[in-house]
Amino acid sequence: MRIGVITFPGSLDDVDAARAVRLAGAEPVSLWHGDHDLKDVDAVVLPGGFSYGDYLRAGAIAARSPLMADVVAAAHGGLPVLGICNGFQVLCEAGLLPGALTRNSHLHFRNRDQGLLVERADTAWTTSFEQGQRIVVPVKNGEGRYVAADADLDRLEGEGRVVVRYVDGNPNGSSRDIAGVTSADGRVVGLMPHPEHAVEALTGPSTDGLGFFTSVLTAMVAA
Amino acid sequence: MSATEGLSELDTAPGRTNRLDTVELATQRPDDEQPYAELGLKADEYARIREILGRRPTTAELAMYSVMWSEHCSYKSSKVHLSRFGDLPKSDVLLVGMGENAGVVDVGEGWAVTFKVESHNHPSYVEPYQGAATGVGGIVRDILTMGARPIAVMDSLRFGAAEAPDTARVLPGVVAGVGGYGNCLGLPNIGGELLFDETYAGNPLVNALCVGVLRHEELQLAKAEGTGNKVVLFGARTGGDGIGGVSVLASETFDAEGPAKRPAVQVGDPFTEKLLIEACLEIFAAGLVTGIQDLGGAGISCATSELAAAGSGGMAIDLDAVPLRDSTLTPAEILMSESQERMCAIVEPAKVEDFLAVCRKWDVLATVIGEVTDGERLTIDWHGERIVDVPPRTVALEGPRYERPMARPADLDALQADTPPSSSADLRADWLAVVSSPDGADKSWVTEQYDRYVRGNTVLAQPEDAGVLRIDETSNLGIALSLDGNARFARLDPYTGAQLNLAEAYRNVAVSGARPLAVTNCLNFGSPENPEVMWQFAEAVRGLADGCRELGLPVTGGNVSLYNQTGDVAINPTPVIGVLGVHADVTRRVPTGWRADGEAVLLLGETRPEFGGSAWAAVVHGHLGGLPPRLDLAAERSLGELLASLSAGGQVSSAHDLADGGLAQALTESALRYGTGARLTVPGDPTAALFGESVARVVVTTTDPAGVRAAADAAGVPVTELGTTGGDALVLDGLLELPLAELRAAWTATLPALFGSPEVAVGTVPAGTVPTS
Repeated sequence: MRIGVITFPGSLDDVDAARAVRLAGAEPVSLWHGDHDLKDVDAVVLPGGFSYGDYLRAGAIAARSPLMADVVAAAHGGLPVLGICNGFQVLCEAGLLPGALTRNSHLHFRNRDQGLLVERADTAWTTSFEQGQRIVVPVKNGEGRYVAADADLDRLEGEGRVVVRYVDGNPNGSSRDIAGVTSADGRVVGLMPHPEHAVEALTGPSTDGLGFFTSVLTAMVAA
Repeated sequence: MSATEGLSELDTAPGRTNRLDTVELATQRPDDEQPYAELGLKADEYARIREILGRRPTTAELAMYSVMWSEHCSYKSSKVHLSRFGDLPKSDVLLVGMGENAGVVDVGEGWAVTFKVESHNHPSYVEPYQGAATGVGGIVRDILTMGARPIAVMDSLRFGAAEAPDTARVLPGVVAGVGGYGNCLGLPNIGGELLFDETYAGNPLVNALCVGVLRHEELQLAKAEGTGNKVVLFGARTGGDGIGGVSVLASETFDAEGPAKRPAVQVGDPFTEKLLIEACLEIFAAGLVTGIQDLGGAGISCATSELAAAGSGGMAIDLDAVPLRDSTLTPAEILMSESQERMCAIVEPAKVEDFLAVCRKWDVLATVIGEVTDGERLTIDWHGERIVDVPPRTVALEGPRYERPMARPADLDALQADTPPSSSADLRADWLAVVSSPDGADKSWVTEQYDRYVRGNTVLAQPEDAGVLRIDETSNLGIALSLDGNARFARLDPYTGAQLNLAEAYRNVAVSGARPLAVTNCLNFGSPENPEVMWQFAEAVRGLADGCRELGLPVTGGNVSLYNQTGDVAINPTPVIGVLGVHADVTRRVPTGWRADGEAVLLLGETRPEFGGSAWAAVVHGHLGGLPPRLDLAAERSLGELLASLSAGGQVSSAHDLADGGLAQALTESALRYGTGARLTVPGDPTAALFGESVARVVVTTTDPAGVRAAADAAGVPVTELGTTGGDALVLDGLLELPLAELRAAWTATLPALFGSPEVAVGTVPAGTVPTS
């Protein structure tokens, strides 16, 4: 299994995402934002960071990079795509996921070990979890407040497209404690917390994050 | 008048020259008045420049000398004392010592580590966010310049009284700046300090540390060699920010009523720096440079003169080639500008195209601005005319050197004779007061603004005693770092105080299970023109050098920040000491928090009734006097070796050093980390036991108390069994009982109450999901 990790100018957690892919048992493949080349990968991770320094809007410039056109097309064809933090922002800016991420309500960058409730255990990236499972992974962002119009939030919740929700405190003021959402087909997932920072007991607050990366291996076998 | 006004007038003002000041003009018109005093140069320094050149300097030359001979760049007041560090015995672990951008230490398995701490105090007072942010940016470039990948940062911060209105202006901006820059670079912040004292009002200290890692063969040096090799400037364009930052801001005392100096503060762009890091590492890996230097204080003046001075000496620069953000800048301003995120490389002509290609890949602007020449002159041309023609060594290396007068502070005898109180009237109230004081309180308000996870190698970060990083994922080789700078001790006795800070940093690294290896420092003091301050500085340096000799540790480099005073009031002398240690196996690291019930709690080391300079005396009695605790480096060494062996043998499950706030502070932090209480019996005088700050002490928990006792006995380290972990309170038999909920409420409320409470709920780690190893 080959899982691509995209590096945009200003990507920071690309090494972490690649490590998580490796620990999950797949082969990480580096993808460069400026190339029109997905290198035949079986899934793609958009890592955290500050692509283009968060200038204009977080994720806005990266969403218009050459490789993103290929990612969008492939995602419409069912390619599993995971966006973490800045990657989630890019997916929203690219139109693959609904809603937007704005400045944290308290206006501070916040890094914390965060409780999450897994509400969907049947997306391409969450089958390793049980529905209703509580996990802990780090959250760290300055612009992580998930917002959408009330009607859109109602629709998302109605369609069961909230993948993970914050529990034991909402770290950034996200609407309805939403931490991550999925596409209608469950193949594209974006979340603000960082599962790639919770893959080793030595360095993470838990190893719960590994489940996102093992899930996609199952999803690819099933596909 | 600002520095820029002084310069521009000479270059352009009608009735003066109204034309470019060239070497030719300087020779023709030797008697033109020059604004050397406004640029921070003394009359004798100006005379010396005229003597070196055999004529008056051009405006551009004057600009270069003024910034390079500033206190900040030339170390003119401190050099004669700093030579003590160079006199320490040669160390096997030191690959590169003082004098380069940062020292480099061999940590084994072919890996080397480079680390350094640097101040950005004055800019952070003027413009807190940008001052702190560019402080991080500058030290990161120093580390990068050595050929290393920067892997983490730390910050040691000091502010005026916590409740002072100006602290509420400065602190949030500084914290946001440290976080904003470091987070955007993708460097985990693994620890530091946050302390308050009214002597820092108007003089906050922002000391930033960066650590980087490289293979031995990847080392890069800052020198320009090889006639015909190209000088390439790359990174951000040069703008008008930070002009005269080092001479105007960092090398002068602030006037209480002085003009705003905001334009002298640089503005940071961490995104550009991130690209610069990745481009540099790719350039190094491809072997495309023969020498490299970052542009920090004194900008192009510094980089060109230092590269040339360290190499064969000759360099020719075409200043017109420098890409500008502001086309109205004068040549002198371009030379002095401290615009951030710039580097200067020496590249063989055949490799220039490959070099530029890597820069293009990373969207980094790169421009050939000159070349290495025969001879020993640094020349700079502007619009085809020569505006600089100097021997570079006289700019970069042969600046003034002062043996400033020194005098033991007149008040020191009275201060040392003023012994502190030694008995607590209410142990419980004092305990809560100490741990909820701004210095003792939970620092999450600050550290939650820093990314501690990025890169995935952070093994321990705040609030642990030391930051611990894995540097090799295969072998689990790792490092530990701690920064410590107790200024109260240094105020009472700077010689001993500097050693006590060294001892604390050494102990913090040892507590994590690491073997201490090397030392860096950031020496923050008042004005060197005050003999009493100069004495404090000299004593601190002498103390640190003696301490390093006794512990067998090399000093790898450091930074001096003087003029930290407003009017006649200097800060407490603040020697911040950093110690680097090595972990043969980071999986053996020892954390500070208690996780399990039923473990034995042991105190290692000897407790004496020592309250001079203690947190308890300061918080409860508002008292600073007497002598600091007795230093015992032999005991620190025995304790350090014991801790390393206990860690390697997996014999302790936690270890926490005793420092500010004594046992009360340490027990509070260990208990609250994971919410595990303890029932303890504290022998001896309770005030000394809980609040005394005797050194060489550590609290450990273990499931094998007999084994730990046997090891401690063998190492000659005294052991006291205090009791057992468990329950939801700290119970000290016969003395007091503190429910953890009450303790946590007191400990965590302070900083949010002072600096703004987050509006969303503070979550704790859900039960059952705390880390398990």
